[in-house]
Amino acid sequence: MRMKGAQIFVECLLRENVEVIFGIPGGVVLSIYDQLYDAPIKHVLMRHEQAAAHAADGYARASGKVGVCLATSGPGATNLVTGIVTAHMDSVPLVVFTGNVPTHLIGNDAFQEADIVGITRPCTKHNYLVRRTEDLPRIIKEAFYIASTGRPGPVLVDMPKDLLLSDAEFSYPETVSLRGYRPVVEADPHQIEAAARALMEAQRPVVYAGGGIITSGASAELLEVAELAEIPVTTTLMGIGGFPTVHRLSLGMLGMHGTWYANTAISHADLLFAIGVRFDDRVTGKLEEFAADAKKIHVEIDPSEINKNVPVDLPILGDAKLVLQQLKPHLVKMRAEMPPEWHRERRAWLDQIEQWKREHPLCYDDDDEVIKPQRLIEEIARVTQGDAIISVDVGQHQMWAAQFYRFKRPRTWLSSSGLGAMGFGFPAAIGAQMARPDQLVVAIVGDGGFQMTMQELATVAEHRLPIKVVIVNNAYLGMVRQWQQIFFNGRYSAVDLSLSPDFARLAEAFGIVGYRVTRPAALADTIKEAFSIPGPVVLDVHVAPEENVYPMVPPGASIKEMIEGQYKSPKTFQLT
Amino acid sequence: MNQTISLLVENKSGVLARIAGLFSARGYNIESLSVAKTDDPTLSHITMVVNLEPRVVAHLLKLLDKMIDVISVANLSDGKTVERELVLLKVRVDPSQRMEILKEAELFRARVIDVGSDSYIFEATGDTEKIEAFIELFRKYEIEEVARTGAVAMARGLTSPHRVTATGGSS
Ligand SMILES: Cc1ncc(C[n+]2csc(CCOP(=O)(O)OP(=O)(O)O)c2C)c(N)n1
Ligand SMILES: [Mg+2]
Repeated sequence: MRMKGAQIFVECLLRENVEVIFGIPGGVVLSIYDQLYDAPIKHVLMRHEQAAAHAADGYARASGKVGVCLATSGPGATNLVTGIVTAHMDSVPLVVFTGNVPTHLIGNDAFQEADIVGITRPCTKHNYLVRRTEDLPRIIKEAFYIASTGRPGPVLVDMPKDLLLSDAEFSYPETVSLRGYRPVVEADPHQIEAAARALMEAQRPVVYAGGGIITSGASAELLEVAELAEIPVTTTLMGIGGFPTVHRLSLGMLGMHGTWYANTAISHADLLFAIGVRFDDRVTGKLEEFAADAKKIHVEIDPSEINKNVPVDLPILGDAKLVLQQLKPHLVKMRAEMPPEWHRERRAWLDQIEQWKREHPLCYDDDDEVIKPQRLIEEIARVTQGDAIISVDVGQHQMWAAQFYRFKRPRTWLSSSGLGAMGFGFPAAIGAQMARPDQLVVAIVGDGGFQMTMQELATVAEHRLPIKVVIVNNAYLGMVRQWQQIFFNGRYSAVDLSLSPDFARLAEAFGIVGYRVTRPAALADTIKEAFSIPGPVVLDVHVAPEENVYPMVPPGASIKEMIEGQYKSPKTFQLT
Repeated sequence: MNQTISLLVENKSGVLARIAGLFSARGYNIESLSVAKTDDPTLSHITMVVNLEPRVVAHLLKLLDKMIDVISVANLSDGKTVERELVLLKVRVDPSQRMEILKEAELFRARVIDVGSDSYIFEATGDTEKIEAFIELFRKYEIEEVARTGAVAMARGLTSPHRVTATGGSS
């Protein structure tokens, strides 16, 4: 059947089962918006394209499906870039559509022209400039395929205006044929067996699990394998939710603001089972001293991550879930054959870890006068029972949420981890709520980062999205202030946010219920009340302004060199 | 140390920019680059010479291989390869030197492809060392212009690192 390009575009999205797209219209995509007027696809009008990309990203992280966003040429397209880089760094499947000026004007400095394909070449998994209307179905099919397979990532499709207006024959391809792309890799069975043996024979093994666990849907398998081989598990920031926070084998998060016991276990390990991770510098600290005594197994779907930062002894190229499934029968068999000494040795290692957990727990000094941010996170965990989707921004509050919330399930933790883009948390929560309308979505944001995308209160109000926005208001760009305190002699330069708006009243200006909490005594009840409201809520929680995140590995230092907090009467994070 | 990278890629717009971007983003220079389509016009063969640590090249090869439009990659620095480049060299000639210059060029089997009233253009092929020696030799005359193709390289024998299959991918 012959159709206009814009209609082909919508047909293709329907074939890909796209239910919702996030975007903002403009000149060159008017034909698409005309099609969307009565298409069975929900379009969410965002108030900034950056937020559209982050919302698509939050949608993808919360659901595992591909997130889709749409913007006009020039400024619309360039506004997407932070969101695209965020998704690229965290391997999130996005298909990003942009309109462009008509083909004959490309390269002409035409009105609202930007070379978005050139701009996003280094920060997309792949991108396309469509040259002919009849290519649209193939390209869109490929875009969804590339975005969602292998190591996922964002794919951008740039569509000149004239192609959307002209006719072509429409037929949607059934299959994709890309001779340069082989996303599925089957792990070598010999390596699997060698890994199983190494896991069982090690005396002090540690699992270091990352975002790959979430992406491949491997959290159940990870739990099984950890329990079978009796191995403690630490996760990266991206891996949060991939292993329950509260579990006898859980070490919590590792790295710069990881738990003392996770970093210490890594440093004492004789075997590191790294799965779906990339040995990021915020995790490893000084590379030469990271798990220096451990033999390293690295399970990874992306060959370019293997041996990138750390030489590994046993690389296993494969999908995390499949590899764990393949490991399981070997572990079952080997475990049954293990002599009693094995159980004794493993018990000794786990006892050592228990002792570290007891002696160096996450903790803070609670206070009756001022709300401690850690206490705030603990209250949110209590009220939500660990069942909420937590979308965070970037800064101290992000680290406290990572440390003090009790995660039970994958895809309940959304964080711009690789890029660390302030402004992510709130729009990502919008995407997550669209993907999971029945689930409680809590955006935990800083007073600084919220101000980068708070215009999206309008989007939330328009759609009555029942998101609970919790502003951890310390009146500072807190994480920067912490670094200035520790590394720059307390010279606080350009971090004071004490003249921020009254966020509760601001929310009300958007027609959203706002609360302002300043007293610890009122905290629990206010959270409970606010979270029981069926619509959107903004909770402006004033917390201790100069609280720091600990433990902390100074940048460039070994993860053995953690700065620990000094507490008078520490309240400890209960791991039961 | 110079390393020779050989790539088989889709013959499409944007592919070269993507490949070059991988190097420029890291501040790496590409010493030479040669690109043209193969017997199959949908494919281009790229030969790149870079001066980087072997460890870095190994990582870059993986990143190149990951690109959707890159079909296969190979490091041709192990010696079991043949490598050629072509140079065009324009030299100013004084009538009294014509014979001498032609003799010298002959040593390198260079051919004259243009004769001007006071210039020659020579064409010479060979491996990079030979091309450099050829240019070196002509420094005593007045070189007007040099244009080199950069190396093109291929593995010896029938074992090609670039095997293209219907489902694609390099091995
Ligand atoms: C877009 C962007 N700009 C700057 C930074 C650098 N940065 C990291 S954390 C931070 C402070 C965040 O302050 P706030 O949102 O109030 O969170 P807090 O640390 O106080 O919890 C800044 C400026 C960043 N990560 N992202
Ligand atoms: Mg703050």
